[in-house]
Order: sequence, then structure tokens, then C-alpha cells
Amino acid sequence: MHDTSAHAVQHHAPTSFIRKHVFSLDHKVIGKQYYALALAAALIGMVLSWIMRIHLGWANAAIPGLHTLSPNGAPGGVLTPEYYLQLMTMHGTIMVFFVLTTAPFAAFGNYFLPIQVGAEDMPFPRFNMMSFWVTFIAFLVLVSSFFISDGPTLGGWTQYAPLNAIGSSGGPGQGLGVVLWMISIALFCIGQLLGSLNFITTTLDLRVKGMSLMRLPLSAWAWFITSCMGLTAFSVLMPACILVILDHVAGTSFFVPSGLVLNDQLVPHSGGSTLLWQHLFWFFGHPEVYIAIVPGIGIVSHILIANMRKPMLSQRVLIYCMGALAVLSYMVYGHHMFVSGMNPISSLAFSFPTLVITIPATITVLIWVFSLYGSRLRINSASLFALGFISMFVSGGVSGFFLAQPSIDIMLHATYFVVGHFHMVMGVAAMFGIFAGTYFWFPKMSGRMMNETLGKVHFWLSFVGTYCIFMPFHYLGLAGNIRRYSTFVDDFLQPLIPVHRWITVAALITGAAQLVFVYNLIHSRFWGKPAPDNPWEATSLEWSTATPPPWDNFGGKHPVVYHDPYQYGVQSSVGDYVMQASPEQVKTDHEEK
Amino acid sequence: MGKFFAITIFVIAILSAIPIVMHTWEAPADISTHGHLIDEQMSETMAEAGISFLAAQLLLAFFIWQFSNRGTESKLKSFPGGARALVIAAVLVVGVEVLALGVFGVKAWAGVYLTPPSADAMPIQVQAGQFAFYFRYPGPDGKFGPLHPERINEGSQEFFGLDKEHDVESRDDIVTAEMAIPVNKEVHLLMHAKDVGHSFFVRELRVQQDFVPGLDVSLHFTATKVGRYEIVCTQLCGLGHYNMKAYLDVLSNDDFNEWMKKQAAMQ
Repeated sequence: MHDTSAHAVQHHAPTSFIRKHVFSLDHKVIGKQYYALALAAALIGMVLSWIMRIHLGWANAAIPGLHTLSPNGAPGGVLTPEYYLQLMTMHGTIMVFFVLTTAPFAAFGNYFLPIQVGAEDMPFPRFNMMSFWVTFIAFLVLVSSFFISDGPTLGGWTQYAPLNAIGSSGGPGQGLGVVLWMISIALFCIGQLLGSLNFITTTLDLRVKGMSLMRLPLSAWAWFITSCMGLTAFSVLMPACILVILDHVAGTSFFVPSGLVLNDQLVPHSGGSTLLWQHLFWFFGHPEVYIAIVPGIGIVSHILIANMRKPMLSQRVLIYCMGALAVLSYMVYGHHMFVSGMNPISSLAFSFPTLVITIPATITVLIWVFSLYGSRLRINSASLFALGFISMFVSGGVSGFFLAQPSIDIMLHATYFVVGHFHMVMGVAAMFGIFAGTYFWFPKMSGRMMNETLGKVHFWLSFVGTYCIFMPFHYLGLAGNIRRYSTFVDDFLQPLIPVHRWITVAALITGAAQLVFVYNLIHSRFWGKPAPDNPWEATSLEWSTATPPPWDNFGGKHPVVYHDPYQYGVQSSVGDYVMQASPEQVKTDHEEK
Repeated sequence: MGKFFAITIFVIAILSAIPIVMHTWEAPADISTHGHLIDEQMSETMAEAGISFLAAQLLLAFFIWQFSNRGTESKLKSFPGGARALVIAAVLVVGVEVLALGVFGVKAWAGVYLTPPSADAMPIQVQAGQFAFYFRYPGPDGKFGPLHPERINEGSQEFFGLDKEHDVESRDDIVTAEMAIPVNKEVHLLMHAKDVGHSFFVRELRVQQDFVPGLDVSLHFTATKVGRYEIVCTQLCGLGHYNMKAYLDVLSNDDFNEWMKKQAAMQ
């Protein structure tokens, strides 16, 4: 461990508006900027999903206003098949990259990791500022593809080759739309690489006196592990995107083999490999699932402990489990490719680590659930979303049993079962982690409390609503309902349309419930009750400082850490907890590390 | 509110399980010789995943019911077994269960992918292109003529790019837009992608396999029940993806021979 003071901060308190709020070097401002970006992206992604859901339930329905947005994509307000796919691609890309990666990892991590380790800032504040602005530009580039002549790419968020590399003869958006997508994601990767470097060095080098690695809160551990994944995963996706751009603009053929024919014309490429893209993409893509969910695991653990008023059964086991998930995430990526034409022996080789990954995931769930035993569980918006996270993590996790097996994947691959699985576990569970984090940390970030009643209304509608949406996805998949179809014309899909209508209604209601959250967020930011420094009687360092924290986090002081992060259920001068930075000696059941 | 939450989790868990138990939505009956292994694997996995799902949700609900909002006077307790017991339980119960699933699942996978087709399996070539399947039968000589992609011209119905003038083996090849196969006869499906990635999925046959541009992929299966089934594309291939389909007719031997004669006459 290190004393932070000397090297942590190279910058001084900013005075100008631009330096304070726009091009800020302060990790807290950057964290809030990431949060705002994620919130805007989530709202756009949600509206896209509404449009898709209406179309899937009622294929001929005219959606008001859509004609104005895209006269070609939605003549008379009715989606064309290609525009459906373009919206679907943008929904997936925006949600996976700009919401599920930015909010739990980049937003909360930026804001709280330095404070939780006791640092005044990240070690490379300029890289940190660049990381956000590069990500912001990446978002603008992606969204700009809505406004080019043939619209965004329609190839899905996975952008499979060779559809991604053959240009506009492959369909609308497959020319410039793909190039913009690839530029956007390559920029996004640069932003996350810069962020990951900062997170790793902050954790390893800037911990204050007394803050051993095992004294880091679980949320800090989660961000640290996630940044290690980010460093290795994004550094593979970025060059892959550049290779696709070269296939478009430089006449290379990394992903296009010879002999392809489009519109009765030979495609002027040869020598490329289509499976190469899948290997590169999924080597990033599966760790990305864990990049989205591991911060949630850490955040939810951190919040639950404060609300259970006792530590988890084992902090160490949870850390090892998060580490195991991260390591295994690189060894399982081939389960996305069981029926891709990859060697069938490889499928078996990828199947076993995928099955093994259920062990650390199961241990994590068991630790959470059995830690509730004997607790004094406080029910509030933050803890409800944290508990909801566990329920969703379980529901999304068990469907992994099926998809880990190549033989069963023959029936379920590319069906709504897969869509249900990943929406539940990396979509909804991760979103619940973000919501839990928001209700928990909002007072520290803004200096005001959020409205609890509205928070609970938001929770109930979201919890019941998401089950109404995503459980039926699994049933549809079992019946063979294929994903990425804009309309269901096959004979066997017709009887399933009523299920789609049910899902559409549930999605519209659940989506509308998110507006309650947005209202609560904005209203509380300006008119909420002023927050005390430690409203949840929590122990970690972010609660030791002022609310909101000063620009250097601890007002020129350097906290010293005396305890494990979760000293709850003890007798002390302040109540049933002792803060990490309090020198007060405590008689405790659990062993100090 | 904690107790109400516990009830909600309980109700959602039970309601979620009902359609599974009632088999409300499921795959149609299997018509292949290998499919029963996949179905058995699916049932066993459903049982294990279902039990895990219900156990975890109900336990979560129970603990929330028991321990929420107990007030500050109540005594804190720790689960007696501690983390060690949970780790051992997870490794022994879940670990062994899922690994057993994996080991037994190898048999079902091997039935499709790790056994070669028999020597007398009937070869059929299927070509996938935006947004249609075409099928080619080798004709009486039993051999497929070579493909010449540069000759493909859909306007003149030259879907595969055959050169019947120069390639002797191509002359008796039969090209169709629908697929017919004889019942109880093994088929060796040679898969060729014309443009981008596509997939071949027939639910009743328990087969799904991607077409990979630039790569020869094959499948083999035996259909056991006469009938008409849908072949659909499951790999996103462009704007007409949703509409890319063909029919598979599984015919009796006599009907198949008759169909083949008709198709040959139409070439």
C-alpha cells in the first residue's frame, strides 16, 4: 500500500466553468459525465426497443412521428424490414457499449474508486478526461449514422463477417453505416483502455495508508477486476474494427473469402476468413458480458452489506469468484460459435469451461443469499434493486446451463431463448445494479436524497415488468422463435404472435416506469432533501468525507484506514458500525485482515 | 414491504415455472434418428435448471421474509455452515451436476457432428444466398459438377453457376427450390454459402448449422416421418432475413422417386 499524497494529483482546484464542468480533470465530474451519457444513451436505446416491440406485435402499425425521422425507413410510420434491423443494431450497440459498460464501470467506478481507496484523484487525470471525451465522440459518430442517406448498419451488434465487410451491396447501411459503426467502436475501445489503465493504477498505486488489497470494498475490487478485463478485451476488439475499416476503404480482405457473389457480381475480394471475425469479436464479446455484470456484483454486494448491517459470509470468497469469472470469461467465448462451422471438437472444448463458470457464479449467489440469514435487512430503494439484481442474476444465469451445451444449442441458438438469457443477466441484472448504485450513491454525488416513494414505485414496476417481458422470451425460444426477424411470416411463428403482443405491452409499461426514475433523478437533484454525509450509516471511505466531496475528495487530509471495509454489527460510539477511517478499536467477531 | 417483496418473488418464480411444467411452448415432435438424444439432454437440463431456479428464488424470498426490517434490537446471526459449506455445496452439487450434463451431452453432440455419414448416404448440396435456399441433387452419375461463381445469374435461373457445356458431371445435376428427401434414408447435406453467412434450421429434424462463406460445411441426418417442414435461416443475412425460407418434404421412397423424375424433366 502507498501513501497517496505525493503523486496522486497533479492538478489544482479548477476555477473556470469549462475546466470545472466540461473538460474537467476531476474524476468525480468525469464519473457524472459518464453517467449522463449512459442515461441519455439508455433513453435512446429504450425508445428504439419500444419501436421494435410495437412492430413485432403489430407489424402493420403506423408509429406516430417515425415517418418524419426516416421517410425511407418508415414510410407512413410503418417500419421496413431493413429499418427494423437498423434500429435493432443501434439498440444493441448503444445498450451494450454506451449503457452497460459506461454506467456501472466507467461512471460509478470513476466517481467512487479513487475515493474508496482514499486517493485524491486518478494518477492520469488527462487520460481520464480523454477517456470520457473519446467515448462521447464515439457515441456521436454512432448516432450520426442515423442521418446518412441509407442509415445505420443492419448487421446486428455482433456485426458478423462477411456482411460487415462487403460494402453497400450487402444491404442498406452496409457501406458507410458499417464504417461509422467500426470507427465508433474503435474510439470507444480507446476510451475504455485509457479508463482501464487509470483504474488499475489507481487501485495498485494510490491506496492510502492502511488500505491493504483485502481491505478494499467489494465494489472497488469489482472495478479493478473489470478494468483488467477491459484492458485485454478492448485491445482485441479495436484492431478487429480497424481491419474491417481497411476491408472497406483500403481494398484488403481480412474477412472476405474469394468466390462470393452478390447481385450476380463476383465480390472483388479473396483470401479472407469469416470465422476470424467471430473469434476476434467473441474474444472481446464474452468478457464484455462480465465487464457489464461484475461491477454490478461488486456494487450490489457493497450495498447489501450496508443494508444487512453485517458483512458477507466471506469477502475473500466473493473476490475470488469475481476473479474466476473474469479469467474463465476468456475461455468460454466459443460457446457463441457452436454451430458456426467451427471444428466440432472445439465446441466441446469451449463447452466445459462454460459449464465450470457456473460454479463461481453459484458460489456468489449462495454467499449473497445465505448472508441474508440472520441479518437486519433494511428495505429501501437501493436494497430492493440490489435484491432484485440477485433474483435476475439467478433467472438469467440458469438459462446458461442450456446454452453451455452444444447439443442443446442446436435447438436454441439464434432463438429468443438466447435473447431472454442475455437480456436478463447482462441487461436487466446490470441495470438493476446501476439503479441500486444510483439510489445508494446519489446523496453523495449530488448532496441531496432521492425520493424513496418514487424509488419504490420505480422498483415494483421494473421488477414485475421485466419478468413479464423477459420470461416469455425463453418460452418463445423453446418453441423455436428465431431472433432478428422483423416480421414473423413462417407458418410455425404465426401462433406465437400473441406472446409477442403481451411482451410489447409489458415493455411499454415497464419503459414508461423508467420515466419515474428520470423524474426522481432530476427533481431530487435540484429539490431533494439535503443529504447528510453518511445517510446509510455505512463504513467505507466515501462516507467519511463531505457530501458532496470537495474537489480533492478529503479536503486536504489523507485518511488512514484502520479496519476491514465492512465493520457492521459491532458496538461503537456511533452505532452498530465502525468506519474504515475511524481509529476506534472495536471488539468484533470477524477477523481483521 | 420486505414480506410483500418475498411474496412477489415467490409468485413470480411459481408463475414462471408453470408454462415449463405444462409444456405450453415447446419444440415440435422430433422426426430424426439422432434427435431423441438432444431431447433427453434438454429434459435433464430443464429439470436441473428448474430446480436450481426455484431453489434459489424461494430461498431468497424466504430469507427476505424472515430477516427484513427486524429492527436494531434483534440479534445478528451468521449462517452456521459459513462460506466453506456453501463453497463445498456449490462445487459438489452444482459442479458435479453441470459437468455430468456436459459429459452426457457429448453423446448427443457426437451423434450429429463427430460421426461421419455412412457411405451410402444421399448427397444433396444446399446453397444459401440472399434470401433463398437452392438445392442440387447429383443426378444418375452420383457426382456434382464444379461450381463457377462467375457464371451465377439469377435472372436466367443459373443459381449455382454450373457449366453444363464443359463439365460432364454437371449435365445431369438437378437444381430445385424445395428440398425433398426419402424417409428413413440418411442424407449428407453439403452446405455452400453464395454471399454472406446464413443458417439451415429445421426444428423437427433437430438440426441447425451455419453456412460459412469460404468454408465447406456438411451435416448428415435421417428423417423418420413423412411430412412437410419449414427450413428457415437463423443467421442475420440482410434485410430479407425474416423471409428466407424453403420447405422440406420428407417423402416415401416411391413418392421421392416420382418427385425426382419430375424435377429432372424440368431441368
